Amino acid sequence: MPLVLNEEQNMLKDAAKDFCTNSTPISQLRGLRDDTSETGFDTDTWQQMVELGWAGITIPEDFGGLGFGYLGMGVVMEECGRTLTASPLLATAVLGAGAILHGGSDELKGELLPQVAGGELLLALAVEETPHHNPYGATTTAEKSGDGYKVTGSKKFVLDGHVANKIVVVARTSGNAGDRDGLTLVLVDSGAGVNVTRTIMADSRNAANIEFSGVQGVLLGEEGKGADVLDKVLDAGRILLSAEMLGGVQECFERTVEYLKVREQFGVPIGSFQGLKHRAAQMFCEVELSKSVVLEALSSLDDDSEQVGELASLAKARLNDTYNLVSSEGVQMHGGIGMTDEYEIGFFMKRSRVCEHSLGNSAFHRDRYGVIQGY
Amino acid sequence: MTALDEFRLETRSWLAANCPASMRVSVPEDQIVGGGKRQVYENPEAKIWLDNMASKGWTAPTWPSEYGGGGLSKDEFLVLQDEMMRINARAPISGMGFSMIGPTLLDYGTEEQKREHLPKIVSGEIRWCQGYSEPGAGSDLASLQTKCEDKGDHYSVNGQKVWTSGAQYADWIYTLVRTEPQAPKHEGISFVLIDMAQPGVTVKPILLISGNSPFCETFFDDATVRKDGLVGQLNRGWTVGKRLLQHERSSISGLSSGGKKGRYDDMGKLSNIAVEYIGKDSGKLADPALRDAVIQNELNQRAFGLTQQRSMAESDKGETATFATSMFKYYGSETGKERLELQLKAMGTQSLGWEGQDFGDNERTLTRTWLRSKAGSIAGGSSEIQLNIIAKRVLGLPD
Ligand SMILES: Cc1cc2nc3c(=O)[nH]c(=O)nc-3n(C[C@H](O)[C@H](O)[C@H](O)COP(=O)(O)OP(=O)(O)OC[C@H]3O[C@@H](n4cnc5c(N)ncnc54)[C@H](O)[C@@H]3O)c2cc1C
Repeated sequence: MPLVLNEEQNMLKDAAKDFCTNSTPISQLRGLRDDTSETGFDTDTWQQMVELGWAGITIPEDFGGLGFGYLGMGVVMEECGRTLTASPLLATAVLGAGAILHGGSDELKGELLPQVAGGELLLALAVEETPHHNPYGATTTAEKSGDGYKVTGSKKFVLDGHVANKIVVVARTSGNAGDRDGLTLVLVDSGAGVNVTRTIMADSRNAANIEFSGVQGVLLGEEGKGADVLDKVLDAGRILLSAEMLGGVQECFERTVEYLKVREQFGVPIGSFQGLKHRAAQMFCEVELSKSVVLEALSSLDDDSEQVGELASLAKARLNDTYNLVSSEGVQMHGGIGMTDEYEIGFFMKRSRVCEHSLGNSAFHRDRYGVIQGY
Repeated sequence: MTALDEFRLETRSWLAANCPASMRVSVPEDQIVGGGKRQVYENPEAKIWLDNMASKGWTAPTWPSEYGGGGLSKDEFLVLQDEMMRINARAPISGMGFSMIGPTLLDYGTEEQKREHLPKIVSGEIRWCQGYSEPGAGSDLASLQTKCEDKGDHYSVNGQKVWTSGAQYADWIYTLVRTEPQAPKHEGISFVLIDMAQPGVTVKPILLISGNSPFCETFFDDATVRKDGLVGQLNRGWTVGKRLLQHERSSISGLSSGGKKGRYDDMGKLSNIAVEYIGKDSGKLADPALRDAVIQNELNQRAFGLTQQRSMAESDKGETATFATSMFKYYGSETGKERLELQLKAMGTQSLGWEGQDFGDNERTLTRTWLRSKAGSIAGGSSEIQLNIIAKRVLGLPD
């Protein structure tokens, strides 16, 4: 629990900042949107990220990764968040790779994780079936078949599901929707028996609705005990997504404060009005608290601490609310220009809301935190 | 074993031997020791505990040992805090000597001033109070009018201070006074130290909404200040006074526990209290709206504590970064007030008892603590003033 970055992590952060500022400014996301890019991210950029080692930051060296830990991945995600960089990093390197790392056999890990680190394999995690995050809500079934499982059902809002080569499906082998027991994770190829419909979201990023019709896959973790792996994967995802959100929060806030200094009305900079000053100062506090919870949560992943779950909920709930606040105020304090597509501040608001509804909104995480704390 | 591990073990066994049993329970409000010549020790162990700690300089752990302090490094200080928390040892003494004037003298005092005043703070012999605010100078502190004139071999002070916390118990008062009436308001102020044991200083307690009188009006009628009682340069007292305010704000925000303990956690955890008074339904606090608010407050407290720890980790001396003080003052006092409001909601009418047998000690204490908590966002510069400071000094927004 150091709460400060070490030298190596700081160097990685600087490198990531350079890369994102130069190679993936928000104009890239705008271009991808306007050209209705098929992947929703720039494949050359992704290749460069892979060359920088980012796809394998959290993958152990034994499996072809850097083994650099979650704080390392966090600083990269944070910088990506500042420029709203579109990439399959979260879906592939955190969610998909995490499920294989925690649930796969050594053989499977040896086969697939190097491909993830090498950028050849894209992954996705199919968990949701309704418009709200519900990790144990699966009605999609998995049935034992040969040495694997057949998966049937439909999933929604599968992040980057439209480009994934393989998909981790949260399915049910027993029990009812909502039960933690009876969940089973199955890794399937995206091909025959998998019908993918791309959904373009407001933030110009992509997800997919996916139908699985009896597709054969391999088991990750234990049958009926998939939640043990799933919880770990989701918590890592929540924390790394919070790290991305932290980048967006800071960038959006800094741009807004800058605007308060340059925009003049009534003959003075609008930042001299106390009505705006106090709101900006309050946001500053929320941003500082956000930095601390993300750092603490990332360290807990590196330490494999018992508190990962509560810290994931602490981080995600706070970043949901702070990103929502800062991006809404960002638009408001820019006035009319903040409403235009040409100006970039609105991109942060759109991204913030998609992030907010990914992997649990604040109500979900507050409830979860209370349950973990025993009330 | 590292030197720090060794220090931990030594500290642990020293505390085991030297912290009396009755000092290992949360301290009731009326038994907090502030020191000074008028201090009465209802529990004799409180005095023993104070003397033991003072003998090691651990009442002011990080002050240099030549002034009676503990001379501890930041890391050692954190270990001491940890170890005290481990056995629930209370602070042996606290007050403005430790949190405000002491650190300020370390920054700005002359060698003689440090040698005269700091050891007496460490030992608890002298208690200090703060004479800043006046009837006409609150948030706009620099408009203060209390006059201080050079009388050759001494200064003479005339005027009135107000809201002087603990003046009725204090031995000395540090004061902002006007020494140059013609100068622009920030440039004619000096910072002086006044011995209160003289006929020219009188105090009159003021009753608060909490039913206590923790603060006073303080009157100066030809009060004498020694020539060496001036801290910093003549007419440059504003700089000294502002530095002191930073120390004050750190202490109001609850930073003294190093972010490891919530401000009102001595009363018990909010969620536990809520469960005790409301009960559970299917494992969750039975009032869902209150539950959500309680969780939100606990999340904010936790994020706040982590931010205090981060700020200490970022600075090598273990002090709060300057920029952060106003944030901690603002956020800490607001979150603390909110916690107590939620505690009222959780305890219902049992939270509003004033007197009598229908209410437990804890319940009556809460009523008063709740009322007193409202001062957190007023004293030491109000929340609005802290937001002004953040906007100006941190965000660089124009006046
Ligand atoms: C419990 C307690 C203990 C105290 N102890 C001491 C002590 O020991 N020594 C001492 O010297 N003083 C002490 N004080 C005084 C304290 O510092 C002042 O109360 C405080 O600075 C506010 O000044 P004021 O009371 O004159 O309020 P005012 O300055 O009159 O403020 C009234 C309201 O106006 C707002 N306001 C004022 N200016 C602005 C602005 N520029 N922008 C926006 N809003 C503004 C304030 O935030 C507040 O809400 C204590 C106060 C309390 C409550």
